[in-house]
Formats: sequence, C-alpha cells, structure tokens
Amino acid sequence: MNAVSKAKVAMYWAGSCGGCDISLLEIGPHLLELVAAADVVFWPCAADFKYHHVASYPDGYIDLCLFNGSVRNSEQERMARLLRQKSKTLVAYGACAISGGIPALANLATPEELFARSYTDCPSVDNPGGVLPRTETESLVGELEIPHFYPQVLRLSDIVEVDYLIPGCPPQATRVWEVCQAFLGGALPARAHEQLAGCTDKSVCDECTLEKRLVKISGFRRHHEAIPEPGWCLLEQGFVCLGAATRSGCGALCTKVNMPCRGCYGPSGEARDQGAAFIGALGSLLNAELEARAGELIDQIVDPAGTFYRFTMSDGDLKGHR
Amino acid sequence: MSTTTSSGTRRISIDPVTRLEGHGKIDIFLDADGEVADCFFQVPELRGFERFCEGRPVEELPRITPRICGVCPEAHLMASAKACDEVYGIELPPTARMLRELQYCLFYVTDHATHFYALGGPDFVMGPESDPATRNLIGVIGKVGLEIAGKVIRCRQWGHEAAAIFGGRPVNPVNAIPGGMSKPLSAEERNRLDEIACYMVEFAEFTLELFRSVVLGNQQYVDLILNGPYRHATYSMGLVDAKNRSNYYDGEVRVVDPDGRELVKYPPRDYLQHVAERVEPWTYLKFPYLKAVGWKGLVDGKESGVYRATPQSRLNVADAMSTPKAQAAYEQYFETLTGDRSGKRPVHHTLAIHWARVVEMINAAERALELVRDPEITNQEKYRALPTRTPSEGVGCVEAPRGTLTHHYITDENGIVRRANLIVGTTNNHAAISMSIKQAAQGLIHRGVEVSEGLLNKIEMAFRAYDPCYGCATHSLPGQMPMTVRVRAADGTVLAEGRRAARGSDNG
Repeated sequence: MNAVSKAKVAMYWAGSCGGCDISLLEIGPHLLELVAAADVVFWPCAADFKYHHVASYPDGYIDLCLFNGSVRNSEQERMARLLRQKSKTLVAYGACAISGGIPALANLATPEELFARSYTDCPSVDNPGGVLPRTETESLVGELEIPHFYPQVLRLSDIVEVDYLIPGCPPQATRVWEVCQAFLGGALPARAHEQLAGCTDKSVCDECTLEKRLVKISGFRRHHEAIPEPGWCLLEQGFVCLGAATRSGCGALCTKVNMPCRGCYGPSGEARDQGAAFIGALGSLLNAELEARAGELIDQIVDPAGTFYRFTMSDGDLKGHR
Repeated sequence: MSTTTSSGTRRISIDPVTRLEGHGKIDIFLDADGEVADCFFQVPELRGFERFCEGRPVEELPRITPRICGVCPEAHLMASAKACDEVYGIELPPTARMLRELQYCLFYVTDHATHFYALGGPDFVMGPESDPATRNLIGVIGKVGLEIAGKVIRCRQWGHEAAAIFGGRPVNPVNAIPGGMSKPLSAEERNRLDEIACYMVEFAEFTLELFRSVVLGNQQYVDLILNGPYRHATYSMGLVDAKNRSNYYDGEVRVVDPDGRELVKYPPRDYLQHVAERVEPWTYLKFPYLKAVGWKGLVDGKESGVYRATPQSRLNVADAMSTPKAQAAYEQYFETLTGDRSGKRPVHHTLAIHWARVVEMINAAERALELVRDPEITNQEKYRALPTRTPSEGVGCVEAPRGTLTHHYITDENGIVRRANLIVGTTNNHAAISMSIKQAAQGLIHRGVEVSEGLLNKIEMAFRAYDPCYGCATHSLPGQMPMTVRVRAADGTVLAEGRRAARGSDNG
C-alpha cells in the first residue's frame, strides 16, 4: 500500500453461510469510506470478478484478503492457497475460518453418514439407484467435475499461514470497521501470526449486564423449559451459558434477549480449548461439595460436545478426538 | 474460460457465478456447429446439516440452522422454531405469533432490498453488458447518487436494528424458541419498530417507482423481460392464508399449474406426500419435483413436475395481496404482463421475478406496520408458552425470500433430534434455475456470435432473477456457488472464449 494507489481488498467465502459477507455490508455508511480508501478486487457475493481474474493478479497484489468459511473440499483449499499467494495480508474472518464454526459439527460424523442423510437415507429423496454426487461424471457432451469432498471440516490455518483472526459468527460490524480502519491507517503490520483482532482478551461475562449473585448452580435447565428471571445471570439460574469461557467483542448480545451465549467468539484469555475452559469455569460454580454430586449435575447437561464446542470443533486440540 | 473436452465438444465455464449467495459454476458445451449442445449448472459443495442436527437438543436447532444461511437466517430461525412448536405440540399464544410475523416481515423487506440493489439490480441500473468492474452496488451508488444510496443503506441498517431489537444480534438473531419468543416487546421498542416499519413502506414504494423508471421505462429492458430467452411455463408454489392471499410466515402450501389452476393445497406437515427430490451425480444439490406430476427431467410444461417457488410464483398462487398498496402493485404487475389484472393467469417471465420481489416488499412492509400497531403486540405475558407435552415430531414451514422452506424434525422423548430433513428455498428452484441458464445460453450463443463478457453476464442474469442462495441449498453438502461458464465444440477446438472484463482495479 502506498499513498498513490488505493489499497486492494478481497473478500472470499469458502465453506460458509454468507453471514460474514453480510457483516461486512453491515458497516453501513462506513462502506462508502471503505471503498473510497480501497478498491475491491474480488468479492463473489457482490462483484463480478472470476477465479481467472484472481489467478491473473501478481503475487501479493491484494493488500487485505478477508477469508470466511471453513475448508471442506478441494476447491476451497485451492482458493485458500491462491488467495494466500496473491495477498499480502490474509485474515481468517469469522468462526468457520478460525475454528470450523457450526459446520464443523459435521466432524462428529463421517462423510459417508453425511452423504447418506442427504442423498439416500432421507425421507423426501427419490433415489432408488442410490446415486451419489461424484467428483467426475461423464455426460454426453463432456466430463463434469465437482470438488472433492474432504473427510473433515478444516480451518484456514490448517491449509495456509494466516496473519490475523477476526472472530465471531459473524464478527460484529462495529468491530470489523475498527479493524479495517486500523489496517488502512497502517496501524497493523501486513504480516502477523494468527493475531486476534476485533475482540478483547476479556470474556463475554465481562461485557454482560446481567447480575451475578454468586449463587451456586444446583441444577441445569434447558432454555425452552423455563422463563428466566430478568436481570439475573443465566448460568446461575441453571441455563448453560458459555459466556465465562468466550472472548468478548460481541457486546454480549444474546444474553440481552434472555438467550445464553453459545461461544461464537471462541475461547477467552489464554485458553485454547473452549470446552475444557468452560468445564473448568463450571467447577467452581456448582453447588456440589462432593465430586459425585458435581458429576450428577454435569450429567444433566444435554449434548455437552455439541454445546461446549459449538463453534470450535475444528480446533487443533480436538483433532483426532472426533 | 474455454477448453476442449475429450468428447470433442467445446466448453465455456463461468466460475464462479457472482452476485448471489453461495457457490456455483456454469459449464456450457458447444457442438461442432457452434450451437449450445448442453449446459450444466453445478453446485460444488455440501455441509451436511441434516446429519449433524442429529444428537442436538431440538431447541438448539433455531440457533444452529440459521447458519445454513447468514443472508436469510431469520427464515431458518422461524421455520426451525415452528418445527419445534410442533415437536412439543405447543399452541403459540397470539402475541408470540404476531411478534414472529412482525420480525419476519421486517426481515423480508430488508432481504429483498439487498437483492434488488446489490445483487440483481446492478444488471439493470448499470446495464447487462456494462463494465463488470462497476456492475455492482458501488457502481449503482455512483450512478444513482448518494441520496438514493443513503435510503438503501438506511433500509438495511434499520432492518438489522429491528432484527437486533427482537433477537439481540443484527445478523443471526437468536430469539425464536419453542413456544414463542425469548422476550416480550417493550413500548419503547414498539415505537422504534413503528418508525422503522413506516420507513420500510415508504422505501418499498420508492423502490417500485425506481423499478418503473429504470426498468419499465427502458424499452430495451422491457423487451428483454418479455421476449428474451427467459421464460418457463412451470408449476408455481407458495404459502397462502385462509383467503388464498400471500403470507410469508404461515399458511398452507398452494400449487398452481402453468395455466393458473390449483393443483393442490396442503398443510406443510404433509409435504412428503407432495414433493420428492432427485439426485444427480454431477452436482451436490438435489432436484425437488411435484410427486403428483412426476419427474420428467429438466423440462417445463404441465407434464413436468418441475415447479418454481419464487416471488413470482407466490404472486401466481395468490388470489390477492393482503394489503392495499401491494394489491394495487399486484394488479398493475399482472395487467402489464398478462393483460389480466385479477392475477388468474400466471406470469412465467423469469426476469419479471425482480418486479414481483418489489411487490412483495410493499406487502411485507405494510403487513409489518399493521402488526406493530396491534395493541396486543406489547403484551408482556403472551409472548411465549412453555411445553407440556412429550416431544416427538414436527414440521415448520415459512416462505423464505427464495422459496418455500421446510424443516422437519423427529426427536426422542427427551427432545434430542433423531432425524432432520430440510428442503430449502433455493433447492425448490434448482431444476428451474438449471433450465433457465440453459435456455439463456441457447438463446444467446450461436455460431459467429462473440461470447463476450456481457453475453455471459446475460446468462448469469437468468439465475440472478431467482436470488438463489447456495449457502442454503448446500446445507446438505459443502456448496460453492460462484459460477463458471464453459463451451466446447464437437471437433475439439475452442469455439468461443468467454472472458470477463480485464482486472477491475478501479472497481471501488
């Protein structure tokens, strides 16, 4: 980047839902400032640049590439490598690119099971021949190819070196704009090693306005089973809430509408394993003198794997445990 | 990008398709005469939601399934919550129901606005064959000016503010739960929503005016809509209320044939009796069709079970609109396109889906205003009900902006999901989108015609009208939807090379 030429920015979606792209649009009026300061050179959601355009760019041509979504197939891996090559700064944008996100819950199942539920063992499917999508199909007019499906949902950092991580599902627009400003203003160096941005090192609990009464938990409830008392910490009321083990930056938005945190900003503080961090935090909050009683209480929590690791199933520490 | 296949045809690829949600690719094959031999629209990804919803507590699905699509998370939120209501056999209290529909209508306006201005609109405002570097939202802003741009940005901003009032988060709100909503609406919040709804009505009417002047005021565009290679006479699907008027949040699924006669009307829980899905090996996305008619392949007409579920389809199945300004817009739409303002004769012009979308914007905005002004909307008790029954099975259905969306869950007695099945908005239209792309390719590419970037964009316009969301559609497998068009000739040579414009460094 220099004073003469505008910065070149790219946004790409791999295995994602589009929510990250929307979160970038949500910077609203700042979008005009962003495009005044930078040229968009690739953004499939919003602009007509194709893969061959990206391939034609010189290496390092893109100043800032925001990469959202996980890597689950060969095309996504190819794009991750291509964009790394073409970008000075590569950002893993959002929970999926950082730690797999919700789609990484699929790592609890095998690809065969995923295919079966979608294409053969599914109540609405009419597929007597048991046809499954395959990477290459010969049609009358020529061969057709679709990407190879990987056995697991991978993080961007499993494929290429990543400079920055902007967490969230999706990242909150105000945080995104702060990071964009810092980057365009030269406050962030181009290269870094998985440096967090757009969040703090505190926890969601630190941002949450609900009152902690320091009451020990004597039983767990599911959120549809009871109406919480307004203004009081949901976890203390027995609703599983991951705020204590989740880094802040979101503004504790879910608890504002009586809904417990599910951890989309990833682990807080120094913790790498969000689920282990939460279980650790929970230990001191249970109304249980004896380990056996603590175990009984923990057993009341349904689906701990899918809840404690809702957004981080692809994280390194979990590999090999799926 | 053009290559030669081993079959000797020539292939033109559009990869990825752009200005839509998700991933996709188009391969066009040319025969030895330079004519389009065939055309495939491929969806290259799958994520497997059906499988990994299993084992989750059912009340978590309204928090998990919105990540099928971050563009229309409210659609999944509502369909999922409705399926949960049925799983627990909960009758929603009236305020809970109204709150959900209010939230949904405000989302609808916002979502349709996104498509109109950012995704589909640039083709008309900037021109189908304009410089691709500026054929986007930024180009549109530059052309229409900051005043109009400000209106668009405000619509989106206020729409997301409304989402946050209900659901905490502007994207992926979390508030719809089994039995209703996670919190009631305060008087102060209601007042703000009233302001937002008023603005939405005004903005939707403004958008219709803009459509009239930019699109209908341009004879070239009218000709493209009416006489271009963009028309398929298919069945139409959409939710209707008890008076057969469009409803986005609730109702029965009505299907009319290509002539406008009702084929069937059914409660969403009966969907398996009426819809089935084909699997093809060359794409990760399935092809739903009407069981009563049967699968005849990628063809239109009364004998083919292919149906569409788009804003246009919803107008085709509706006898009328539920609000006055939308009704007037509905009548004008049908009068212009079929000569019959009653709406009894369906419209099949694919590009006119853009117009139908604006009619729906007005309808959803007006409906939101009605709901926000209902005195019961701020009832502080009837916003949720607690389950009393053992959970079992439920189907939840809404009209996603991109088509009828169905969530179907079966749980054990503890409410843990055993099976989940999802038929999402865009998937309904998969066959029709494939057909529309092929039709456009066949209508536009001929021997001696230069396959320009602008021509390829006109092929992309065939899918863009549907506002497809392949994030949604690929919930079952990881999907990639940017698009590629390839053409190959039978003698193995490159017939035409479809190139996008040179690198758009001033794309802004």
